[in-house]
Amino acid sequence: MTEEDDHLALEAIEVDLFIEAMLRRYGYDFRDYGRTSLTRRVRNLAQQFGTGTISALTALVLHSPERIGEVIGGLSVPASDFFRDPAIFRALKAHVFPVLASYARITIWQAGCARGEEVYSLAILLKEAGLYEKSRIFATDISETSLASAQEGIFPLSDMRDASRRYFESGGTQSLSAHYHARYERAKLDRGLIDNVTFAEHNLVTDGVFCEAHLILCRNVMIYFNDRLQARVLNLFADTLVRGGFLCVGDRENLRVAGASLFRPVEGAPSVFRLRSPVEPP
Amino acid sequence: MTVIVIGSSAGGPQALHDLLPLLKPGLAAPLIIVSHVGENMGDLLTEGLARTCTLPVRIAAERMPVEPGVVHVAPSGYHLLIEPDRRFAYSVDERIRFSRPSIDVLFVSAAEVYRDELVGVVLSGANADGAEGLRTIRRLGGLALVQDPNEAIVPTMPLAAIEQAGADICAPTAILAAHINSYVRP
Ligand SMILES: C[S@@+](CC[C@H](N)C(=O)[O-])C[C@H]1O[C@@H](n2cnc3c(N)ncnc32)[C@H](O)[C@@H]1O
Repeated sequence: MTEEDDHLALEAIEVDLFIEAMLRRYGYDFRDYGRTSLTRRVRNLAQQFGTGTISALTALVLHSPERIGEVIGGLSVPASDFFRDPAIFRALKAHVFPVLASYARITIWQAGCARGEEVYSLAILLKEAGLYEKSRIFATDISETSLASAQEGIFPLSDMRDASRRYFESGGTQSLSAHYHARYERAKLDRGLIDNVTFAEHNLVTDGVFCEAHLILCRNVMIYFNDRLQARVLNLFADTLVRGGFLCVGDRENLRVAGASLFRPVEGAPSVFRLRSPVEPP
Repeated sequence: MTVIVIGSSAGGPQALHDLLPLLKPGLAAPLIIVSHVGENMGDLLTEGLARTCTLPVRIAAERMPVEPGVVHVAPSGYHLLIEPDRRFAYSVDERIRFSRPSIDVLFVSAAEVYRDELVGVVLSGANADGAEGLRTIRRLGGLALVQDPNEAIVPTMPLAAIEQAGADICAPTAILAAHINSYVRP
C-alpha cells in the first residue's frame, strides 16, 4: 500500500466517524448519502472550519451544538437557480397545470427547496396561470439557514438577467421584473409570491408524510442519495400524493427500479412522473 | 482495467474530434469526457462525437455503471463523479472556477476509485481546470497525458496542467491516441 492509498483509507474511517457523530449527537443521518459527494463536502467543511483533519472537525462539531446550522449549511450546498431547466417548467405548465386547474384547492410540496429560487419560480408561473390563489405550497429543506433566506427572498440582482431569459423559456408571459423590486444591486422578490407558501424544516431521511399533495417537486436532491435512500424517499412521495398525483424531479435523474414500480413517465414532459394507481399493471 | 478520463475546454471539441477517431475500434476501456460547453450543449457535442468515432458515445447516465468500450460524456449543468461501486453520480454543487461540470471534480473522484488504473488526459482550454485533478491522478499512481501546448488551439489548460501536475506524456493528439491504444489490452 502506498502512502497515498493509506491516507485515503484513513480518511474513509474519519468520514465514517463524522457520520456517526452527526447521527448520534444531532440525529442527522447521512449514512445513505452518495459517498463521493459527501466526502467532498466534508473535506470542504474541514477546510472552511480550518480544522485540518476531518477527525478534528468531528471533535469540533461534537462540542459545538451552536454551530450545527453552519455544519448542515455546509453539507447541503444549496446551489439552485431561478427557472433551472426551463423545459421542465414548460412541461409542468403544459401537462400538469391543466390537471391542477380541475381541483378546487391545490397542494404542492417542494422538497429540498434550498434558498427558494425554485419556490419563487413556480409561484410566478402559478400566478400567471391564475392558479396561485387556490394553491397551498409547502417548501421544505433540511437546512434552517437556507429556509431563512428563502423566506427573505433577496437575491443578487446580477442573477436576474439569466433568470429573465430562462423565465421566458419556461413560458413566462409577463416580465420577470414585474415580480421583484431592484435596490442596491439586490432583487427582492414580491412578498405576495409567498403568501400561500409555508417554509418548514423536513428531513427526507427521517421525517414522514405531513400532507396530501397533488404535485411534488424534488429536483436535484435525490442525486445525493444512494439507491436505498432514493427508494425510501420515492415511497414517501407515493404515500403523500393523491391518486394520479405528479412528481417532478431534476433533469436526467434516474429513478431506477423503485421509481418505475411507483411512477410512470408523463409523455412529452421530461422529468415529470405520475403516480401509478394500485391496480395498474407495471 | 484501464480507465481514461479526458478534460477539454475552449478549443477542446476540435481536439476531441481529432483524438477519438484514432482510438482502436472495440477499445476495451471506458472513456469519460468532461468538456466545458455552453448550457445544453452536452447533447450536441455527444452527437457530433458519435459521428466521428467508432465507439458508442453517450451522455454518462446518473447511477449507471461506467462501461468499457463506451465514451461517456458529462451532461451540461452537473458535476460528474465516480462512486466507489464504479457508477456515475451527478452533483449540482457550486460551479468551480465558473465551471459545472468541473474537470477537477471528475478527475479527483475517478483517481480515488481507479488509482493506478487511471489515465488522465488534458486537452485544449482557456483556464486551469484539470490541473489539480491531474496532480491527484499522478499522486495516486495513474498516468497524466497532456496535449502539446503548441498544437492546442488554446494552450492555457495544457500549460497549467504541466506546471501544476507535470505530465508523463506531452504530445500532439495523434500520439496521445497511440499511447491510449497501447495501454488497453484487447
Ligand atoms: C442542490 S439543492 C436543489 C435545489 C432545487 N431543488 C433545485 O433543483 O435547484 C439540494 C437541496 O436539498 C437539500 N437536502 C439535502 N438533503 C436533504 C434531506 N435529507 N431532506 C431535505 N432536504 C435535503 C439541501 O439542503 C439543498 O438545499
